[in-house]
Amino acid sequence: MSDLFDYTVRLGDDALIAAQRTAEWIAAAPQLEEDVALGNIGLDQLGQARSLLQYAGSLDGRTEDDLAYFREEREFRNLQLCELPNGDFAHAMARLLYFATYQHLLYEELRTCADETLAGVAGKAVKEVAYHVDHATQWVLRLGDGTEESHRRMQAALEALWPYTGEMFESDELIGRLAVAVDPAPLRAEWERRVLAVIDESTCSRPEASYQHTGGRSGRHTEHLGYLLAELQHVARSHPGATW
Amino acid sequence: MVTDEAIFDAVGEVADPEVPVLTIADLGVLRGVRHEGDEVVVTITPTYSGCPAMDLIRHEVELTLNHLGVDGRVETVLSPAWTTDWMSAAGKSKLTEYGIAPPTGTRAVGGPVMLSLTIRCPLCGSPDTSELSRFGSTSCKSLWRCNSCREPFDHFKAI
Ligand SMILES: [Zn+2]
Repeated sequence: MSDLFDYTVRLGDDALIAAQRTAEWIAAAPQLEEDVALGNIGLDQLGQARSLLQYAGSLDGRTEDDLAYFREEREFRNLQLCELPNGDFAHAMARLLYFATYQHLLYEELRTCADETLAGVAGKAVKEVAYHVDHATQWVLRLGDGTEESHRRMQAALEALWPYTGEMFESDELIGRLAVAVDPAPLRAEWERRVLAVIDESTCSRPEASYQHTGGRSGRHTEHLGYLLAELQHVARSHPGATW
Repeated sequence: MVTDEAIFDAVGEVADPEVPVLTIADLGVLRGVRHEGDEVVVTITPTYSGCPAMDLIRHEVELTLNHLGVDGRVETVLSPAWTTDWMSAAGKSKLTEYGIAPPTGTRAVGGPVMLSLTIRCPLCGSPDTSELSRFGSTSCKSLWRCNSCREPFDHFKAI
């Protein structure tokens, strides 16, 4: 398998697993408008995942469904941040702020890369992700600068997910070899500037530097991914060859 | 032989299943028609990456080609990325009549600042409206309420 395949799968898996977690909020969000908003955000993420996994599949003779439904846990290359359980609504908004800000910076670079397909997917996704950042920002401000209870929960969520943000900016040999890949390490400074500006304005305090989890890019995941995949893959595996 | 222009006009009449008052030509989802030898290739582009209407649109375009008796296929392209700037003037006025506020020139992204209240109520025309949710019934719309007539309405977001 090629470096381009591996790289595209990383991007596609981030979007796919994020979409699955976002979709879990539908009918469980604190208000109807939020069910709808998160439904649409999840659909954007799923659309990005489909384009990326279709492309990856085309590079080695598989379909998007083969990649989504018939790979094992250790073959998934998503960030651990994307697979963590939803927690409360503050956790959902903290994750969306961290992840969408990262995706925005990444896609902004990728849209000018030499690979036409990746550039096309990124050029489209960057506009959608900008709305995700905006949505998360408004909620972090509202919860952080809200009641004592909402502030406490927002602070807890920002801190709980912070140790999973370092993985987003890891460079490795694959990134070094593949010319079209965006090196995420240099994006970190701008990511921190944007995210910390929101945290400051929300009256929450900045999470302290801490141990950073890693492993998703090489297929080492938290215990939670297996359960997520069981749900995601169950129908397709129970009825092989079914179409809908 | 049916010309590319005639094919464009015919498949351009396919309606958007989510906002049936708009055709794919009004939306700018239909990007072009060309011949590759004897085969006709129709290019379409999604409004959003996850737009669930694309499969149906593709199917309807194929049916239309069938009716015309031309041998063709539908190709989906992502680049250049769709923008509300491609929506035709006719499309925008059809949207208003349908009760959806058309896209304005302003993109509502990039920071925590709320949109200024410039979206007119498509029902009574009042500029006194407020945003209820940045995401409406589909990704391409946000949900608003008119403070004059009190009716909720969708707004097609600029993207
Ligand atoms: Zn009104």
